Amino acid sequence: MIRAEGIYKRFGDHEVLKGIDFVFEQGKTNLIIGKSGSGKTVLLKILVGLFKPESGHVWYGDTNLVTASKEELRKLRMQVGMLFQGSALFDSMTVEQNIKFPLDMFTKQTHKEKIDRVNYCLERVSLEGINKKFPSELSGGMQKRVGIARAIVLNPKYLLCDEPNSGLDPQTSITIDELISSLTKDHNITTVINTHDMNSVMEIGENICLLHQGHLAWKGNKDQVLNHSNEILHDFIFASPFLQKLIDNKK
Amino acid sequence: MNFNIFHHFGNFIQWQGQIYRRPENGKMYYKETIRQMYDIGIGSFPIVFLISIFIGAVTAVQFSYQMTGTLIPAYYIGYIVRDMEIIELAPTITCLVLAGKVGSNMAAELGGMRQKEHIDAMEIMGVNTSAYLVMPKVIAALLMVPVLVCASAIIGIAGAYIASVPVGLFTSSDFIKGIRSFFEPYNVFIMLVKAVVFGYILTSVSCYQGYFVKGGSIELGEASTRAVVYSNILILLADYVIAIVLTA
Repeated sequence: MIRAEGIYKRFGDHEVLKGIDFVFEQGKTNLIIGKSGSGKTVLLKILVGLFKPESGHVWYGDTNLVTASKEELRKLRMQVGMLFQGSALFDSMTVEQNIKFPLDMFTKQTHKEKIDRVNYCLERVSLEGINKKFPSELSGGMQKRVGIARAIVLNPKYLLCDEPNSGLDPQTSITIDELISSLTKDHNITTVINTHDMNSVMEIGENICLLHQGHLAWKGNKDQVLNHSNEILHDFIFASPFLQKLIDNKK
Repeated sequence: MNFNIFHHFGNFIQWQGQIYRRPENGKMYYKETIRQMYDIGIGSFPIVFLISIFIGAVTAVQFSYQMTGTLIPAYYIGYIVRDMEIIELAPTITCLVLAGKVGSNMAAELGGMRQKEHIDAMEIMGVNTSAYLVMPKVIAALLMVPVLVCASAIIGIAGAYIASVPVGLFTSSDFIKGIRSFFEPYNVFIMLVKAVVFGYILTSVSCYQGYFVKGGSIELGEASTRAVVYSNILILLADYVIAIVLTA
């Protein structure tokens, strides 16, 4: 579980987050949704400690990320896997070397054990046999899946994903969503996904927070999304007239 | 008045404390250091070789021209070329060239990693990126730059010989007598001190520029340029300070 308490963040005079309180639950896919510029990425970066909030706390279990010492932060980060929007795979390394990097850095496993673990992670994301390929030889969807494989290689307790579906076609997006969802369930991890993809919201949104102009505008789950009275959420979901028409017809 | 320079200086000093930390995994740092040593040492040798041979050649030819018709013995040319190469030309010119080649490369590499979120990805894994990405580069430079500077001095002296003796500016025996005369081992010490100091400046300044880059490709280009310009200025400044301190 990750608990955000009163997160306030500004850049210069621009207030990005104005007191966000939210609990990201264990074993569930927690979604941060909102329009571009609503503060989703900033909140996610605060959750992993890349940005420090002006005020507020981020609790990983009993550890406060904001006030943690460098050593505590290092230990905590070894329990966190993150998938970046652009995958952030190291270009000069092969897929195998990319996934093996955290193992090389932090474990004393033998070479065989590391390769076995890499192969397991690749199998988990349905990419067996691409060990020796370079990231530039992979499609966007494959890069994302390799990014997920690298994020889970150290068996993290927390998985954070920054726009995992951006730039992907709808079918690949669904594959990525299903993969993240199944990893969350299988390993009982706390997953936080930053997205503005409505498919993701409706498919895997078990615990959703909607950000609007730096405030928490709504929280709920995918079943509550369509039956609500929140105007901001309505505007966000039915931004596409096509979807609105579809829902009206269904009704 | 813009106090940006003080901000960067303070930031740079603070950052040094994060670089020299205990490695998470010594073997990974060792591998990276070896890779950097290869890049800096072997990768820069051709350009250092070319520049050194021509600098030595031009120095000898011009001294020969200036001394023609004077009462100074011809063998002094060998002596002057040797000491100029050892004290000034080899360390300074080599490091100015390395700032352009190695420094800009380091700034671009780290800046690219910052922009593609590679550095953030490593941070989240728990890696001390300042240490892992910068310390091996600095150590590699501290080991390889003195080697390159020594090679440059030898190549420069050889260049002086090749450019002057075959065309008859002075005789081979004069040149050899010159380079064997009045030798001061302390001058080699000055050369090595300069090599180490300049090596540290060019890597740490360039890495700083790359590591903290913000923005897009234009800013990355600017950071790479700043890495070269600031390294060169600081190398020349340090050259002056070392000259004052070690020869006063």
